[in-house]
Amino acid sequence: MPALPLDDAGPYVAAAYLVFLALILVYVAIMAAKLSRIARELGELTEIVDRRDAARRERADEEEAVPR
Amino acid sequence: MFARGLKPLSIASVALIIGAFTLVFFYAPNDADQGFVQKIFYLHVPVAIVALCGFVAGGVFGIRYLRTGDRAHDLRSYVAIHLSLILAVAALVTGSIWARAAWGQWWVWDEPTLVSFLIVFLLYACYQPLRFSIDDPERQARTAAVFAIVAGAFVPLNFMAVRLAESLVHPRVLSATGGSMPGAMRLTFLVSLAGMALLFVTLWKYELTSKQASMQLRALKRRLADDDDPWVPTRRSAAPQQL
Repeated sequence: MPALPLDDAGPYVAAAYLVFLALILVYVAIMAAKLSRIARELGELTEIVDRRDAARRERADEEEAVPR
Repeated sequence: MFARGLKPLSIASVALIIGAFTLVFFYAPNDADQGFVQKIFYLHVPVAIVALCGFVAGGVFGIRYLRTGDRAHDLRSYVAIHLSLILAVAALVTGSIWARAAWGQWWVWDEPTLVSFLIVFLLYACYQPLRFSIDDPERQARTAAVFAIVAGAFVPLNFMAVRLAESLVHPRVLSATGGSMPGAMRLTFLVSLAGMALLFVTLWKYELTSKQASMQLRALKRRLADDDDPWVPTRRSAAPQQL
């Protein structure tokens, strides 16, 4: 098996390492997209809880304001 | 549950991968026979080994799921196989690039090592469609575990069969006599292998943590919406939907 000269072998080696790097980067990018979706959904949940708390407080205030 | 130790693990795997690639290009000598193109070997072989070990690990977690019924093991098995499939794609592509440079062909069909790896890859490519085809989460997890165990047992058997076969052109890197690598090459290879194994474990834990957070979030959302059963999956998925 004759050795390829450096000029010819270089692109193959670079391609192999770049393919690996690209696969890992794509994987990490997909994970990052999922993570940002989780963060967004967490924000929505916080909003729901805030609204629910505000409604509860309002109801409690109204009950206090009603004379017995 | 899965996020413990993720930060030091990430730092260690990045450091080890950078160290390994530095050794590959600045320390390991060029192969006398193949020349510079042999540098692909330090990537291709560890990726292939870690992918095969990941498939076996998927089977081991499948056994643990069937023994305990703990859904966390099903998730571990699923993520291990998912990641191993990605690494198997990397092994196939980098191997093809090396074959083109060394043999002048992208693929050789009469080479047992290549064809057996492709068979293992195609076998595991059925794993996700199999999971997706089953609606009931309990049945999905059980069937996937059985598949992971049977396919996981096939991997070492396949590996042994290939070692016993008369290889025509594919080089043997690891052998009972220690192979033919000089010290610098051996050290570089072992560091690359350790780096790849650590990268696998890091990404595995990373994905497990993400999936767990996603599940908890979904359950919380349904509890807030006053849903009776927060664990009922909202849509069909190949991935486990509950812990």
